[in-house]
Amino acid sequence: MNFMADKDAHLGKEETRRLERIGYDASEKERAGSFIQQDSDLLLRKTLHEDIDVMGVEEALKTVPDAASYYGKAFAALGREYPKETSGGYYIRIKAGKTVLFPVQACLYLKKANFKQKVHNLIIAEPGSKVYIITGCTAHIDSQEAYHLGISEFFVGAGAYVNFTMIHSWTRETSVEPKSIAIVDKAGVFISNYICLDPVKNITMYPTAVLDEMSTAHFSSLMVAHEGSAQDIGSRVIFNGRGSSAEIISRAVSLGGSVTARGHLKASSPDIKAHLECRGLVVNEKGRIHAIPELETEYRDVDMSHEAAIGKISKEEIEYLCSRGISKDKAQSLIIRGFVDTNILSLPELLKKEIDQLADRTLKSGL
Amino acid sequence: MDNSLKIENLTVEVGGRVILEDLNLEISPGSTLVLFGPNGSGKSTLIKAIMGFENYAITHGKIVFGGEVINGLSTDERAKKGIGVLFQNPPKIRGIKLRQMVELVTRRPAQEDIFVDKLNVGELMDRDLNVNFSGGEMKRSELLQVLSQRPKLLLLDEPESGVDIENIAMMGRVLNAFIREHAVASLIITHTGYVLDYVDAQHACVLMDRDIRCYDDPRKVFEDIRQFGYEKCRTCRGQ
Ligand SMILES: Nc1ncnc2c1ncn2[C@@H]1O[C@H](COP(=O)(O)OP(=O)(O)OP(=O)(O)O)[C@@H](O)[C@H]1O
Ligand SMILES: [Mg+2]
Repeated sequence: MNFMADKDAHLGKEETRRLERIGYDASEKERAGSFIQQDSDLLLRKTLHEDIDVMGVEEALKTVPDAASYYGKAFAALGREYPKETSGGYYIRIKAGKTVLFPVQACLYLKKANFKQKVHNLIIAEPGSKVYIITGCTAHIDSQEAYHLGISEFFVGAGAYVNFTMIHSWTRETSVEPKSIAIVDKAGVFISNYICLDPVKNITMYPTAVLDEMSTAHFSSLMVAHEGSAQDIGSRVIFNGRGSSAEIISRAVSLGGSVTARGHLKASSPDIKAHLECRGLVVNEKGRIHAIPELETEYRDVDMSHEAAIGKISKEEIEYLCSRGISKDKAQSLIIRGFVDTNILSLPELLKKEIDQLADRTLKSGL
Repeated sequence: MDNSLKIENLTVEVGGRVILEDLNLEISPGSTLVLFGPNGSGKSTLIKAIMGFENYAITHGKIVFGGEVINGLSTDERAKKGIGVLFQNPPKIRGIKLRQMVELVTRRPAQEDIFVDKLNVGELMDRDLNVNFSGGEMKRSELLQVLSQRPKLLLLDEPESGVDIENIAMMGRVLNAFIREHAVASLIITHTGYVLDYVDAQHACVLMDRDIRCYDDPRKVFEDIRQFGYEKCRTCRGQ
């Protein structure tokens, strides 16, 4: 089945290698659609399943009658402004009541040196639908000073389920600013998995989910801050309806870089349940991790908790592994790899193995 | 094969405190020595010092394994020379599975290791190392790991404490078969003496007051401790 294959992307060797690092499967055997944007050019958009639409956001605004009504709506709901000068981004929409098990893959690729890539994505899960999305963002290895701004608006309809996995693999010279808001209707589920294991100059992001009655959000993130990287990464959930629940889980490793791991749970409604967990591992003396968990409510009838723990690699663990004949360096990388635990992510079975292998590869080459 | 261990005039300090002082001990090739001693006397400290753990500073003396002084070797080098440890209190390590450990040590798929079956650890293989392991499970996991190293010298720190009677028998038999088959030398720390029922030990001694004493037949030493307590060991100095 190939519903909308306008053109196949012609990717160079380096591009292919970079895209593989962010979970892109060129064979598309187990994908329901593909989207690739390089700088501001759309390279590929392909729908491989009849219940899903995948296209550039500009095309959607022109051809899909109600698309414009979603554009900016999530920001308006929070009374926030958003940058208007964007160029490109993807539009992914799943039809009401439909379930698509293969993930849709979307890649944003930053190639030109000194380029500022600014995209605006729209993800619409109609009521009762279920969709998996894997997005990768990466930069060409010699794209020197580069900048990426990614605006994403998610609309999770009543009873719908969105499982969104985002993998970042930048370069030491890239500055990144994702801005995401998910509006989750009654009994909807929004799951966000975030993975950033490669070096970056700086990332600032604070994705927010707004929950209606009986809905659920689950944010989990795995982050490694290399020397020279500054990552200010958090997740926020605003509870606007009874019976809603959320969990924010993160693991941050500092290999000499700086991580600010934020989490904010705001209960604007009673009868909600929320938990925040942040663990940090500082490997290198130059490293710095700052965990800022926040719980906020005006109601008594809420169940909110948080735990945060930061530590260094324990000598006892290293020596234990060494006493089995494992070298000190290997022991250290085993412990770090173990700490970057992909099991905290809510990944579909299909992606679990891919992401595990990706983490193996990335951490092996990065440590 | 020379897998003898010889410790000469060893003094070990932990956090500036002398735990072992001018200690001498010898395990001849292929023989087994049982080590008794009251809580806190420094038995585990001795094993950690033999492995070269950083907090266990050797301020004096020599550790000789197979005729070679190993004081200057790193912990992993000592393990690679053929020294294997079953730890009394191994650390929990999140994200590292028992299966992974066996594979790292043997460089082969874990199911190929005969001890996985023999020690009945199938259920533990895909769990994080020592995380929420019961006391007995921990010891079985430790024994599996150390045997998968196929060491020439075994240092076993209370292999049977917290283990139920049936599992003690099972572990004891596996251990004894391994020691005999490969003519392994071993140092076994025990409080209960159960291990004497399974492993053929030639000698025993007691560690107290920072030194070794009462070097004798294992059953005799154990019987004396049972009857008279460690207090009497103070009077029977020397080896
Ligand atoms: N890492 C350490 N830091 C501080 N003190 C330590 C450390 N390791 C051991 N000690 C101290 O050294 C002494 C000997 O401890 P060790 O664990 O060797 O005793 P043990 O003979 O094995 O006792 P047990 O029979 O209870 O296992 C104790 O007083 C203990 O508190
Ligand atoms: Mg001890």
